[in-house]
Amino acid sequence: MKTAVVIFPGSNCDRDVIHSVRDTLGCEVESVWHREERLPEETDLVILPGGFSYGDYLRSGAMAARSPVMGAVKEHAGRGGLLLGICNGFQILTESRLLPGVLLPNKTLSFICRPCFLSVENTETPFTGLFRKGQVVQFPIAHGDGLFFLPADELDDLENRGGAVFRYVSPRGDSGDEWNPNGSVNNIAGIVNPRGNILGLMPHPERAGEAILGGEDGRLFWRSVASFLEKGGRRHGLQ
Amino acid sequence: MDFSKYGIKKEEFAAAEAALGREPNECELRILGVMWSEHCSYKSTKHLLKHFPTRGPKVVLGPGENAGIVDLGDGLGAAFKAESHNHPSAVAPYQGAATGVGGIIRDILALGARPVASMDGLFFGDPEHPRTGHLSAGIVKGVGDYGNAVGVPTIGGKTAYDPCYNENPLLNAFCIGLVELDMIVSSQTARPGQLVVLLGSKTGRDGIAGAAFASVELSEDAKESRPSIQIGDPFAEKMLIEACLELKEKNLIVSMQDMGAAGITSSSSEVAAKSGVGMKLHFDRVPLRAADMEPWEIALSESQERMLLIVEPGNMDEVSSVARKWELDCAVIGETEEGDDYSIFFHGEKVASLPATLIGDGCPPIHWPAEKPADFETRWDFDLDGLPVPGDWNTALLTLLGNPSMAPKHWIFEQYDSMVQLNTVMGPGHPVSVLRIKGRESLIALVLDADPWKCGLDPFGGGAETVARTVRTLSVAGAESLGLTDCLNFPSPEVPGQYWALEECIRGMAAACEALCCPVVSGNVSLYNETKSGAILPTPVVGTVGLIPSSGDFLPSGAWEEGDVLFLVGPCNPSLAGSGYIRSLGLPLRGRPLVFSGEAERDFSERAVRTARKKAARSGRALTGGGLAAALAKDAAESGSGARIALGVPTRKDVVLFGEGGARALYSVPMSRVPLFKTIWSGYPCLELGRAGGDILSVEGAFSLEVSRLREIWRNR
Amino acid sequence: MLRHVHIFVQLKDGVLDIQGKAVANSLVSLGHGSLGSAKVGKYIQLWIDADSPADARKEAEKMCDDLLVNPIIEQYRIEVEGE
Repeated sequence: MKTAVVIFPGSNCDRDVIHSVRDTLGCEVESVWHREERLPEETDLVILPGGFSYGDYLRSGAMAARSPVMGAVKEHAGRGGLLLGICNGFQILTESRLLPGVLLPNKTLSFICRPCFLSVENTETPFTGLFRKGQVVQFPIAHGDGLFFLPADELDDLENRGGAVFRYVSPRGDSGDEWNPNGSVNNIAGIVNPRGNILGLMPHPERAGEAILGGEDGRLFWRSVASFLEKGGRRHGLQ
Repeated sequence: MDFSKYGIKKEEFAAAEAALGREPNECELRILGVMWSEHCSYKSTKHLLKHFPTRGPKVVLGPGENAGIVDLGDGLGAAFKAESHNHPSAVAPYQGAATGVGGIIRDILALGARPVASMDGLFFGDPEHPRTGHLSAGIVKGVGDYGNAVGVPTIGGKTAYDPCYNENPLLNAFCIGLVELDMIVSSQTARPGQLVVLLGSKTGRDGIAGAAFASVELSEDAKESRPSIQIGDPFAEKMLIEACLELKEKNLIVSMQDMGAAGITSSSSEVAAKSGVGMKLHFDRVPLRAADMEPWEIALSESQERMLLIVEPGNMDEVSSVARKWELDCAVIGETEEGDDYSIFFHGEKVASLPATLIGDGCPPIHWPAEKPADFETRWDFDLDGLPVPGDWNTALLTLLGNPSMAPKHWIFEQYDSMVQLNTVMGPGHPVSVLRIKGRESLIALVLDADPWKCGLDPFGGGAETVARTVRTLSVAGAESLGLTDCLNFPSPEVPGQYWALEECIRGMAAACEALCCPVVSGNVSLYNETKSGAILPTPVVGTVGLIPSSGDFLPSGAWEEGDVLFLVGPCNPSLAGSGYIRSLGLPLRGRPLVFSGEAERDFSERAVRTARKKAARSGRALTGGGLAAALAKDAAESGSGARIALGVPTRKDVVLFGEGGARALYSVPMSRVPLFKTIWSGYPCLELGRAGGDILSVEGAFSLEVSRLREIWRNR
Repeated sequence: MLRHVHIFVQLKDGVLDIQGKAVANSLVSLGHGSLGSAKVGKYIQLWIDADSPADARKEAEKMCDDLLVNPIIEQYRIEVEGE
């Protein structure tokens, strides 16, 4: 499995993602500087990591979404290649219009960092194939602009097609305002595009990759992608 | 010449004149005015700091460098330091805090270390005071926004409230980084014929003479000093970190220095003085953000996110290309040469010329008169018999736990990213913060602590207690203490009683450092923390770093299990003087804290480390604020288990439960390990308290609370 | 010639303005009972090299569409000096 992590000025979770993927799957991960106009040959998975690209100035992810590398990223996704946006990466995907919606400031108007429980609602995606439908996992969050918002009609479309992949829940899987840390509509923590190859989520799977750091649920995330590709899923994004 | 308007004293002017053989010109006076301010020169405290032991088998780099470095083994070192940013935080809390964090990160970076974690010491006024909400919210947000954006996790800290900080909040920023011992970047390696390079943001008028601002008391028109406040850009800092580390990896720099207080001047003159070279600087080559800046403004600007580099001429092209990649300004602003002369040129004209060593080291020290306050020992009068034992124990305990200094700080630390970089084993909200080192077994343990109340009552004892407390906490967790950094936050040294207290605190801290073999590797002093409304309590803050050989050797807190035997090790008659309990009753600060005993501390630490390493306990917590009662409550809440305690001692129950001070800890021991535990602690005061289990935490004849109630307080889900 | 352009960016009506709400609450608790509501937006200034104010406006609109404004949730108003 060939993975590439894009580094924007101000990204700060790139090394974490590289470590987590390498630690879980034993495979190498390449990093791609935002000014590159091509991705490494035969890349299967492109990851836009968390952080504060461009300091979150103007709007989170706004300037990164207009970086030179995004041309190649869009092309990769257009061919069906796997594209993952984590936290700031998710913001960049919505700013690029590769995913619908927008990430607004948290309802608390403050940055929140803490462990978070998510229910895996859609296990048909390449990123979630090894989870059980309804499984509750723990991925930490750390963000100031994590309130996922979509106008009502678009939200219905998203829900109807199973686009909500992760939802904030209690440790036992129950919904409730007190378990939604940022006020996202319908408690949505992560979504996938209709084609199923682009996933964006606010929580950090790479931070849940080792027991010593507090949990290992994130490992299943990377292994799902590897498993999808092994079973003949679209490699390098070719049809 | 009216040198006083530059903040220079008569003796200082005379010293400068003597060294130069002529009167200094205006530009030179302005430079000395800032470089010889208290904040930059430490003229009132340099000779006092000599009390600190600074050497030890694990010390790689001691005080006097950008930060201290301790040996973590196998060729890896930890660079760490704490610094205060008090005065700016009082005037502009958000930016003062943000730039405080930025500054200490650059100090770590200057050694070639990658910053891996931060901690913060926050001291706020009375929550009811009109300014406290605004100051505390702004400071916390400033620390969070900067640290989060820069990608350095904030993994712990210390927060305390007291009316003495009403107008004078304190912000102490601590940072630790990792560096291979054979790749440390030094400030002493410059040689003649090299280039002086400025890397980072453009230079503007920010914070000019900010250092001088930090050297006087906060006056009413401090608001007018707003242009003096520096603005932080964490995005630029992140770029700077990556660029500097890349330059280091590629061996492109000879020396590196952070530009903090007094910007270009202090960083460049320091490198020159330490390396024993002279320097010629051309200020017209400095990339500027504001038009028409005068040479002295350029010299003293405190624009943030800039580093000074010394580069071999042959490497300059590559350095420039690394700078371009990270979108940072990079300019050659001077060159090194033989000798000791430090000269500044502006458009061809020499505007200043001073010996490099004069700038950094030439300021005459000031020995202010020190006098123990006449009423000092009356402070120790405490009428214990006149203090009634609590009528309602539950209320007494809940009031103590609800005290702002004791209460949980989720609202603060959840604003901090504590997990980025994937090294955080134990984050904020625990007695000890723990980091793993990728690819290695060993763990780094850190703790930041302070006890201004003990220091106010007994500066010597309080200073010792502050240091000892950090070592106790590390030892209970199973860590060997390697070294510490300190931030000495004190009021004006010009008041004899206050100068006396400063020296006494330092001596007390030094005594504990000696007894516990924990040297001081770096530190910072902040004086003049007082306003018209009053002076702060003596507030030394200590950040201690320890090493745990492997995750199996780490002993956590809050891990009671049903049937475990609970033990209190240490004296059962601590002191209520300066305790959280007395403060929660609204009583004045009186009484004598427990006297420091180096021998007892050393003994305790050895046994505590042995307890962890031999796994003779399941859970351990050194007693700190709130004494035994707070420790029981926190452990019960975290464990989700109650306990039935009987205090089989004749001492008053409130003294046993709420007293503070001394080397004491609460342990939870599985039945099977009790004989081993007792053997380890034989010869040291050790009291069996009772058993863990059930839903209620009860102490016979005192409080009885449901564990669920306690868990609500600490939000244990 | 450099033209001075003022851009006022606001959240669209219907998008929850939590900053506006928080600011309004704070003002009211500070004693400003006369306050009805508040909206918090962004004010951006650009100095654009253009032959005429109309050209500067066209350039500014392009810049808004390209980067400065997120049309899903924001709307904007441009003022050009000398128009």
